[in-house]
Amino acid sequence: MTPSSIRRVAVNVLTPVVFGVLLVAAWQSFVNWRDIKPYILPTPSSIWSESVRSINLLRAASFVTGRNALAGLLLGIVVGCGLAMIANRFRFVSELVTPLAAAISAVPIVVIVSILNNMFPLGSQVARRLMVMIIVFFVVFVNVARGLRQSDATQVELMRSYAASPQQVMRKVRLPNALPYLFTAIKIAAPISVTTAFVSEYFGGTQDGLGQKIPAAMSNSKFPLGWAYVGAACVLGLVFFAVANILEFVAVPWQRKRISR
Amino acid sequence: MTAASVEAVSVGKVFNVGTRKQVDALVDVSLTIQPGEFVSLIGPSGCGKSTLLRVFADLLEPTSGTLSINGKSPRQARLDQDYGMAFQQAGLFDWRNVSKNIELPLEIRGWDAAKRRARSQEMLELVKLSDFAAHMPWQLSGGMQQRVAIARALAAHPPLLLMDEPFGALDEMTREHMQAELLGICAATSTTVVFVTHSIPEAVYLSDRVVVMSPRPGRITTIIDVGLGTGRNDDTREASEFYGKITEVREALRGAEFGVGARGIEDR
Amino acid sequence: MTDAAVVGLDAPTPGARRALPVRRALMVPVALLLFVLVWEGYKAIGPADGGTIFGWKLIPRSNDRAMPHIVDMLRRFGRPEVRGANERTVLAVVIAATWYSLRLALLGFVLGVGTGLLLAMVMARFNLARRAVLPYLVVSQTVPLIALAPITVSWGGKLHLFGFDFQKWMSAAVLSAFLAFFPISVGALRGFASPKDSSLELLESYAASWWQGFRKLRFPSAVPYLVPALKLAASLAVVGVVVSEISIGLSSGIGRLIISYYQDGTSDPAKVFTAVIGAVALGLVMAGLVAGIDRFLTRNRPVEAGA
Repeated sequence: MTPSSIRRVAVNVLTPVVFGVLLVAAWQSFVNWRDIKPYILPTPSSIWSESVRSINLLRAASFVTGRNALAGLLLGIVVGCGLAMIANRFRFVSELVTPLAAAISAVPIVVIVSILNNMFPLGSQVARRLMVMIIVFFVVFVNVARGLRQSDATQVELMRSYAASPQQVMRKVRLPNALPYLFTAIKIAAPISVTTAFVSEYFGGTQDGLGQKIPAAMSNSKFPLGWAYVGAACVLGLVFFAVANILEFVAVPWQRKRISR
Repeated sequence: MTAASVEAVSVGKVFNVGTRKQVDALVDVSLTIQPGEFVSLIGPSGCGKSTLLRVFADLLEPTSGTLSINGKSPRQARLDQDYGMAFQQAGLFDWRNVSKNIELPLEIRGWDAAKRRARSQEMLELVKLSDFAAHMPWQLSGGMQQRVAIARALAAHPPLLLMDEPFGALDEMTREHMQAELLGICAATSTTVVFVTHSIPEAVYLSDRVVVMSPRPGRITTIIDVGLGTGRNDDTREASEFYGKITEVREALRGAEFGVGARGIEDR
Repeated sequence: MTDAAVVGLDAPTPGARRALPVRRALMVPVALLLFVLVWEGYKAIGPADGGTIFGWKLIPRSNDRAMPHIVDMLRRFGRPEVRGANERTVLAVVIAATWYSLRLALLGFVLGVGTGLLLAMVMARFNLARRAVLPYLVVSQTVPLIALAPITVSWGGKLHLFGFDFQKWMSAAVLSAFLAFFPISVGALRGFASPKDSSLELLESYAASWWQGFRKLRFPSAVPYLVPALKLAASLAVVGVVVSEISIGLSSGIGRLIISYYQDGTSDPAKVFTAVIGAVALGLVMAGLVAGIDRFLTRNRPVEAGA
């Protein structure tokens, strides 16, 4: 590591860190100086101490939301990949699903959770998981379908010269080529699954997830606690994102730089 | 007596001064170019020809030596828009049509719309693309895009034209055609041209003088007078003097690195 | 070979109009039809009270309370909102609520896009600003910022900013602006940094000022990056408004309407579907608007290959 590259890394890392610290310090002093009420904006220190005090509550609520996100994420990946492979074989499936994906991404589809909740028994989390699955499915489908389509033409031609069956072509050429696209999709879908699971909780169902705890805390005037729950939601999203990145790094390290969002 | 278009005296350019990655891109380059001349810079990769062009354009600052463009400092020449530039990629803006692409330097100079349009039409006639004024760049072939780029470079009627391998991305047939076009345009506008190229026949066909450069460190080896006169055409390409000059340039390139073969030179 | 022959044109055709995606548009009614078939089909064969797989209640209920017939949903639009009284029809209520939320979403969208572009310009101009702020912007897209919606609840009526009172509906607009802001600033910055070195050199050779370079090169170059960011920002603005309305309790909005109809679910199962359709329509209107902006911004650009 040359001195100039060390300096460059240091500058790139320190600048945002210093900025963040300054921001938090400014927040703290501004609230104290102007005597801002906690229902507008609590101090960072009160949020931190509340988080430490209620760590068990935070953890419990995060688990509820997190489990829903994870279940929907995994299901969505499986179904998305499966249908992408079918779509690769039968063009009309792709023609049907792709415009639907565009439409779904434009509308607040989360609102259908209120419909889904009626289809399942009281206290069930299935509606929310189904919701996450639907959204993740579209993300994964679009990306994996594109990856399967963009297989190296030369490789496909080669397989055809071997008189390989479509399944063999899929297994030996398309799937390995599509792997980086799959992990790109997972990186995108992971935070989305958390957000969707979170927002789903606004549209009916049980009251024990992060989405419901925040308004509950606010209406009970426990403002630092509400903010602490917000922090927990952010941490949950970050954890999902970090794990997705690690998975990508482990599975396709050589492709990390090639495909960007 | 008008000032020389380019007057370079012992110009040097060093990158990463004082570090382990120090590179002597240019060393002791002295060159005088008179108004109206067509001068080519040719040499293998790393000989500094593109660097020298950028120093002329005030896109890079020399680390030593003196340089005047049109009798002024390079910075003043740039601020006064005394030169136009053309690159290997035409670099037209995709969101502007042909006519508006040519108007770009004039907009920056603050010309009013009517003047700009008139000049743009004049340039289009010069490069014989008047019918394509309203077309978009991606609708044109590579050669046509380069013609638009040349029209843009000459739009403000600069006395000096700096070109960095502008025909490098074109196929051979188009390339020869463009070389003839360029000579015609420069004769009509009496523009001084500094032209960087990899191709020996191209350098000989186009220039009054060929400046042969060599790398490590980048420097001028020899300057060859082409002496084929004005009024060059397709027959010129088949004249024996033409081949003689090509040989002379090739040997100068080889001789520059005695024992080390010149790389990156085309014989086409 | 003449130039015209090379280009393949007989007469000049300035620009190029992109073909309307007719085939794609046809797929929408086909998809709708398929949906209706699947819905009614499941109603016909599915278990009325749901079922279990390996002991988990995973099979949805198909009785008329959980899954009304499509026809019933559509008919519900025409009937009055509250049974018996001479009230407005559900259709009128849903349209009014959608219109209310649309205006809020538009306000939030415009504010978010405006501030996002401004910040991106500042970051493009000043390296220090970019290095300090960009990492946070990138991280913000992995985090459920919508969690802040209930936080703004207590602002309404109690916050006094720049001389006027903070209204409840402003919280919804602020939140949706906040959500829209992030993808715009990241996308715009990427676009502002996208021009090729040779184009930047060209402008330098013209002795153009930074602002001239921005107007003539960086901003037009950013359009392909702005377009997907605008789509994302629009859908985020919509979700932001809907969720805010629920948290804050803006009864005129479509979000609140969905919840209140949901709570009537046992007695009036078809009503909640009508409100959901309204929310979907809201999203489609915003998307249509962005698509219009998209077509306008890229009217002279080459058509991208592939979907």
